[in-house]
Amino acid sequence: MTVAKPIITNSAQLTEFTAQTRTRMSDVTKINILVSMGTCGIAAGTTPVLKALEESLAAQNLTGVKITRVGCMGLCHSEPTIEVVDTASGKSVIYGNVKASHAEAIVAAGVHPAEGLKVIERGWYYPEDEENTQDAPQARIVLRNSGRINPEDIQEYIAQSGYQALCKVLLEMSPKQVVAEITDSGLRGRGGGGFPTGRKWSFANAQKPKEKYVICNADEGDPGAFMDRAILEGDPHAVLEAMAIAGFAIGAKNGIVYIRAEYPLAIERLQIAIHQAREMGFLGKNIFGSGFDFDIDLKFGAGAFVCGEETALIASIEGKRGEPTYKPPFPAIAGLWGKPTIVNNVETFANVCAIIRNGAGWFKRIGTTGSPGTKVFALAGKINQVGLIEVPMGTSLREIIYGIGKGIRNGKQFKAVQTGGPSGGCIKRDQLDTTIDYDTLVLLGSMMGSGGMIIMDEDDCMVSVARFFLEFTLDESCGKCTPCRIGNKRLHEMLTKITQGKADMQTLQKLRDLSASIKDTALCGLGQSSPNPVRSTMNQFEDEYLAHILEGKCPAGVCADLVTYSINENCTGCAVCKKRCPVDCIRGEKKSVHVIDAEACIKCGMCLSSCKFNAIDRK
Amino acid sequence: MASDTSTNVTTPTADAPNLLDAFPDKRQALEEYLDSLPLARAAGRKKGFLIQSLHRAQAIFGYLPEEVQVLVAKKLELHLSEVYGVISFYSFFTDKPVGKHKINVCTGTACFVRGADIILQEFARQLKISEGETSEDGMFSLGGLRCVGACSLAPVVMVNEDVEGNVEPPMVKKIIRRCMQEGE
Amino acid sequence: MNNTFTQIHTVKFQQPLHADVETNHNPAFEVRFEADGEIPVPQVVIWLGSGEEQHVVQGEQIRKGINNTYVATVPANLIPIGDHMLQVQGCRKLDLATAIEPDWVKTSKPLNIDTPSLTTQQLLARRFGKGPVRPTEAKPIPAMVRVTVNGQQVVVEPETTILEVTRQLGIRIPTLCHFKLDSFNVEHRMGSCRVCVVEVEDRHNLLPACCTPVVDGMKIKTNSLRAINARRTMLDLILSDHPKECLTCEANQSCELQNLAHEFGLHKVLYEGEQSTYAIDLANEAIVRNLDKCIMCRRCETACNEIQTVGILSGVRRGFEAVVAPTGEKSLADTKCVFCGQCVAACPVGALSANNRTYDVWTALNNPRKKVIVQTAPAVRAAFHEAFDKPAGSCSTGKLVSALRNLGFDHVFDTDFAADLTIMEEATEFIARLNKNENLPILTSCCPGWVKFFEHQFPELMYMPSTAKSPQQMFGAIAKSYYANKIGVNPEDLVVVSVMPCLAKKYEASRSEFAPGGIRDVDIVISTRELASMCKEAGIMYDSLPESDFDNPLGESSGAGVIFAASGGVLEAALRSASEWLTGETLANVDFEAVRGLSGIREATVTIGDTQVKAAVASGLGNARRLLEKIKAGDASYHAIEIMACPGGCINGGGQPFIHGDTRILEKRRAAIYAEDAHKPIRKSHENEYIKKLYEEFLGEPGSEKAHQLLHTHFQKRDNL
Repeated sequence: MTVAKPIITNSAQLTEFTAQTRTRMSDVTKINILVSMGTCGIAAGTTPVLKALEESLAAQNLTGVKITRVGCMGLCHSEPTIEVVDTASGKSVIYGNVKASHAEAIVAAGVHPAEGLKVIERGWYYPEDEENTQDAPQARIVLRNSGRINPEDIQEYIAQSGYQALCKVLLEMSPKQVVAEITDSGLRGRGGGGFPTGRKWSFANAQKPKEKYVICNADEGDPGAFMDRAILEGDPHAVLEAMAIAGFAIGAKNGIVYIRAEYPLAIERLQIAIHQAREMGFLGKNIFGSGFDFDIDLKFGAGAFVCGEETALIASIEGKRGEPTYKPPFPAIAGLWGKPTIVNNVETFANVCAIIRNGAGWFKRIGTTGSPGTKVFALAGKINQVGLIEVPMGTSLREIIYGIGKGIRNGKQFKAVQTGGPSGGCIKRDQLDTTIDYDTLVLLGSMMGSGGMIIMDEDDCMVSVARFFLEFTLDESCGKCTPCRIGNKRLHEMLTKITQGKADMQTLQKLRDLSASIKDTALCGLGQSSPNPVRSTMNQFEDEYLAHILEGKCPAGVCADLVTYSINENCTGCAVCKKRCPVDCIRGEKKSVHVIDAEACIKCGMCLSSCKFNAIDRK
Repeated sequence: MASDTSTNVTTPTADAPNLLDAFPDKRQALEEYLDSLPLARAAGRKKGFLIQSLHRAQAIFGYLPEEVQVLVAKKLELHLSEVYGVISFYSFFTDKPVGKHKINVCTGTACFVRGADIILQEFARQLKISEGETSEDGMFSLGGLRCVGACSLAPVVMVNEDVEGNVEPPMVKKIIRRCMQEGE
Repeated sequence: MNNTFTQIHTVKFQQPLHADVETNHNPAFEVRFEADGEIPVPQVVIWLGSGEEQHVVQGEQIRKGINNTYVATVPANLIPIGDHMLQVQGCRKLDLATAIEPDWVKTSKPLNIDTPSLTTQQLLARRFGKGPVRPTEAKPIPAMVRVTVNGQQVVVEPETTILEVTRQLGIRIPTLCHFKLDSFNVEHRMGSCRVCVVEVEDRHNLLPACCTPVVDGMKIKTNSLRAINARRTMLDLILSDHPKECLTCEANQSCELQNLAHEFGLHKVLYEGEQSTYAIDLANEAIVRNLDKCIMCRRCETACNEIQTVGILSGVRRGFEAVVAPTGEKSLADTKCVFCGQCVAACPVGALSANNRTYDVWTALNNPRKKVIVQTAPAVRAAFHEAFDKPAGSCSTGKLVSALRNLGFDHVFDTDFAADLTIMEEATEFIARLNKNENLPILTSCCPGWVKFFEHQFPELMYMPSTAKSPQQMFGAIAKSYYANKIGVNPEDLVVVSVMPCLAKKYEASRSEFAPGGIRDVDIVISTRELASMCKEAGIMYDSLPESDFDNPLGESSGAGVIFAASGGVLEAALRSASEWLTGETLANVDFEAVRGLSGIREATVTIGDTQVKAAVASGLGNARRLLEKIKAGDASYHAIEIMACPGGCINGGGQPFIHGDTRILEKRRAAIYAEDAHKPIRKSHENEYIKKLYEEFLGEPGSEKAHQLLHTHFQKRDNL
C-alpha cells in the first residue's frame, strides 16, 4: 500500500488521515495474516514460513488477503507464530510452531482453524479497545500494538490512534497539565526502582535552563529480560510519541534513545520509525502547528550493563566510561551535558500515550492502588510456556506461573521464581499467592527490576544461582566504588568456596555481613542491589547453603565438585549414554554394565538425561 | 550500522605494520565517517561522538588497534588515554583481532538454568581457549553474550550471526566442525 | 562588651508574592549574622518606619550555629510593608535570608559596617540624618539549613557537604579518595572509596560524607555502629586487594591507607582472595608505577587530567580489573607524560612513587675513585625540614648544607648559583628579542615538566621558550667543564648529584642532549624526600645539625636565585637584571610583588625605561595551557612569561615532602623563600661575584659562543597522543 504521506500540521488533518487510513486498510484487506517477526521469531525460523506464505498467496491467487510482518506476539514457546485476522469481524485464529509446509493450509483456511495445526488461545485482552469479556489473565497496554501492526509502517500505527495523544497534548494541554496527568495516573518507572514518573517530570519541568533532554533508556541488560526489545521491535512509534510528549511536558527539544548495540533489529525499526515520523511532521519543527519542536537521536550502548543506571547512561552518551556518579545532583536537575534530563525506560514510555488518550482515571482502574497499570514480564526458565506476558499489577505469581505459563516443564517440582535479575531475589513456593507489584516484591526481598521472571525447579541449586548472578555483577561492575569492585569479588569467591564444599560456617556469616555492607555502602543502585540474590537465597534457602557447607552435598546435584555420576546394575549396555557423553568417559561392552570414569567426567548430566533405564546415579 | 560485526577481520601484514596504511580504503571509509560528524556544532561536546565513532571504526576494521584509536582521538580532539579508557570499559569493543568464527554462548538466566555454563565450558575445552579469548590460529573467538531474547530456545549459542537453540554438550563438537568446514 | 560591632541595615520590604494582603505584613524570615566571638545575649532590633517603634527578636528565636554564627527567626506578621531598619548588636557580618518568600526583601543596604565607636543613637542619627551610607545591592541569600550532627544542632550554609560540616565541628570523618587543594580550587570528589560513609536518619543507605550536601532537617550520625562497621568493611576490602608489604613500601609512614588501618585498629586481614597483579612500570627515570597497590581513588587522574591537563591517565577496564593507567596500559616512558610527579603527590598509597636513586648516591659516595659533588635546588631548602617533623616554613638552609656534608659529599654546592647563571643567559636573550621585537613572548624553560609538555602539546610555539638550559643542567655543564678543569679531575670521575623538589628533573638529566660525549652533566638526581630518607638512614639528627655555608665557587647565590623556588620567581629574577641592564640604572625596589603568589595565572605590566613590559606567570600546566591557548587565539599578548609545571611552582614539586592536600603548607614554604631572598646581601643575579668571575675566567660574556655551547639547548617536537 503505497500512498503518498502528507505532512500533517494540525489536528483536523490527523483525524482525517487516521480515518482515511483505516478505511483504506479495511477496504483492501479482508484477511490479514500476521507473521511474528521479532528477533525470537526469526531465531525460531519465521523467515522461511513467511516466504512460503507469500508463495502460497501468489499461487492461490487470493484477493483481499494481506501478509503483515509484525513484532513479537509474546508467544515464544510456540514460535514461529502466525495470527490470521478477519478485518471486518475482528475474529482471529493464532497458530503456533508453524512450519513452511503449513503455509498453504493456513492461507486456504482463512479464520477457520486449519486442520492439524497447533492453535493457541489468545490469553489477553486490550483494555483500551475492549472489555475483558473472555476473562483473560493478560491485559495489553504496552504490548497493544506489538504483534498486531507492521512496525515499519507508520500508517498502521496511525490507524491504531497513533500520534493522537501527542496531538492532544500539543494543542489542548499545557506542560503542567501533562505532568499532572501523568502524576495523577500513578505511573511508576518500569525500569526497576518504580520511581513515580510524573514526579520525575515535574522536577525537570521546574528547571530554568532552556536546554533539556528526554532520554529513553533502552539499554536493557538484565540476563533473561527482553521486554524492551520486543516493544521497540513491535511498536517503536509508541515510544517515540511518548518521548515527544515528555519533551513537551518538561520543555525539552531533544530526545535520545540509548539502545543496546546488541539489538540490531530494534535499532533498524527505530531508525525507520524516526524517519517516517519526521516525514509526516510528527518529529521536527513546529509539530502540529503548535510551535513545539522536538527531534530524536539514537545513541548506541557498547556492552555495559551498568549503563542501565541513569547517571552511567548519561556518562556513556557523553562519550565517557559508563561509571555512575553520585546523586545529588539528580539528572532532572543536572543531567546530560549538565542540563535537566529525564531518563525513562522503554516500557514506561510505552504507557504514556495510552494514559493521555484515555486519562489517568482509566489507567488507575487497572492494577493496584500503589502500582497502577500493567507490567510486562519475560517469563523463562523451567516453565512450559516461555514468553512475553503483560499482566495487570496485582496478578498473583501462581496465576502467572501455572495459569499463563502452564506450569513447570517435564512435570518437575517448582522451587523458586527469580524476579528483578541480578538486582532481585528469589521467591519460594509458599509465597506463590503473593500478588505482585513494586511494593510486595520488595517486602519479599526481591524487586520488580525490569521484568525478567525466571522459573526454577528442583534441579536448580540456589547457591549456584546466587553465584551466577554474582558472576554477572562481577563482569558488569564498573569498578568505581570499593564495595562493588572488591566486595562483590569476595562474595563471589565465598560462594565459589561453598559450591566446592570448601567453606565453613564462618564463611556463611561473612557472606551475610558483607552482603549487608555492600547494600549499605555501594555508590549506585546497581551496586546497592547487587547482593540481593545472595541475601534472598540465603534467607529463603538456608538449608541448601547448610547442605553444601555441613554435609558437602549439593541437594540439586548441580555443583560439579560435590556430585559424582555412576552407573548402577539397571544398565542394559545400550550404549546411548556412551554416545551422548561429550568427553567419552563412559566405557563398557555392549549389553554389559557400563562404567563412568569419574576423573574425566565433566558432570554435564547428558548420560542421566539420556538413560531410559534409570541406570545413572547422581550423588 | 552500529552492531554490524560481519566485516572481515583485518590483520596487518608484516611489511605494512600500520593497519591504516595497509588498508587505505578502510582508512578512507573511517575518515569520511568522522568528517561527516557535525563536530563544528558540538564545541566542548565532541566526546559525545566517541562511542558511535568507535562502533563505526570497529565495523570497518573488525577491531580497534592503536592506530585506529589515534585517528579517532585526533578527529575528536581527545587524549588517547580517554579513548582507550572507553574501549577497555565496554565489552563490545576490542583492541585485539577477533577470530574468524565468533562463538558466543548466551549467559542469560534462562540459558543458565538450562545449562549454558556447561556449554561454555565445553566450547572452552574443545577450543582450548577461555571465555574472551581467540584461538591461536585466529579461527575462533569464544565469548559470553547477554540475553539474546530467544529464551524459549535456551540454552542458546550465537555462532557468528546465527542462533543455535537447545544446545546440548554433544552438539559443541559438531558446531566447531561445521565452522571449520565453512572456513575451508 | 568592648569592641562590639553593630550592623545596621535599611531594608525595604515589598509586597510579598503570597502574603496576606489585608494585614500588609511580612512572612517569617531569617537574619543570619556572624561575630568574632560568642555574643552573650544575641538580639536583633527592628526599628519600624521612622524609628519610633521597635521589635526585639531574642531568646529562643535566635539559634546559634557553628563558628559564632547566629540565625534569628523574625516571626510572620511583625513588620508591615515599607522601609525599616534592622540592627544587630555585636556582629561583624550580617545577611538577610528568607526561607519562605525569596522575592519580598527587595533591597537591603548596610548602613554602617564595623563602627565600634558609635553608639546606637549615633547610628540612628546617621540612618535618619545624612550619614555616610554605603549602599550595596543585597544579593539573594539562600536559606540556611539546620542539621543535627550526633545530636548537636547546627545551622550551616546550604550546599555544604556533610564532611565540611563535621570538620567545622571538629569531627574528623576518615576519607581516602577525597582530595581537596584549597589554594588551587581543586576538589576531587568522586565518592568512590566509601570510607567516609555516615548514617543519616530516614535514609535507607549510608551516605558518603564527602559528596553529600546537607539538607534542612538532616540528622547525621557519624559514629553509629552501622557507619563504623561499614567503614571498617571498606578498609578490610581495600586491604584484601592490596599488598601487605608496608615495611618495604616507598610510601611507608606516608601512606593514608596505612594510617587508616592503624587508626581503625585493623589487626588481621578479614577477607582473603584474589589480588590484582600488574607488571611494575620502571621504564623511566622519574616515576615508578606499582599498580598492585592502586586503590582506585583516581586522585592521580584529577592531578594529571584536570590540574595539569597532561591527559595520560584514565580508568581502564572495569570491575575488579579496573585500574588507572595510560593508554594501552603502556609504560609512562612511551606516553606524553611530563613526569611532573603531581600524580605521585596525589597518590594516597605507594602505587605511584619516585624512582628512588638513593642507593646509587651511596655507591658513588663510597667509591674512592670518584669525586662526588652535590647541588641542591632552591625549593629543597623550603621543605627539607618538614621531613623531620619540623613545622612548615621553619627552614634552615645552613642545616641542609650540613646534612649534605655529613652524608659525605666532597663539596656541597647550590643550584641557586646556576639559577643566577640562567638569569644571565635568559635575560640577555630576552633583551635581544625585545630590542628586535621578535619571537616574543619569551617563555621560561627551566622547568623540565613544562618543556616536555610544550614539546608534546604546543610544538607550534617552540620558538618561544628561552634556549637557556635549566639551572640544574647549567650547573652540570659548568661542573663537568670549568669546575672539573679547575680542580683537575676528569669529567668521568666527577659525579654530580642533584637534590631536587622535582621528579621531572630526574628525567631531564637523562635527556641525551645533556650527555655530551656520553658523559652525563648530571649523574644522579634525588628528590627532597629521598635526601631526607638518606639522612635518616645515616642517623643524621636534624636538631643537632650546625648551620654551615655552601662551598665555593659554585655555592654563592643572590636572592634572585633563591626565588626560583616559587611561581613568579624566575620572572622576577629576570626582571631585576633585565631592567638594570636596559636602563643602566639601579632598581629602587627589587620586589616585583605583582608576579608573586600561588594563584594559577598572574599578569603584570612593568615599566622598564620607556618600555612597558607585559609579563605573565602561570603555574600548573592546566593554567599554562589556558594562557597559551589565549595567546594562540590572539586574545592576549605578552613580552615575557614564566611557566612552572607544578601549581605554585617548585615549592610544590612532585619530589617534596607530601602535603596531603594541606595547601597552607605551600604558603609557608613560599613565605620562607621570599624571606631568604629578603635577607640576602645580594639580590640580583648579575651582582653575584662568582658569576662575574665565571664569565671573566671562562665564558666571556652572556650569550657568547662558549655560553651557547655550554648553557643553551634545543627542543624537539614529540607525539601528542
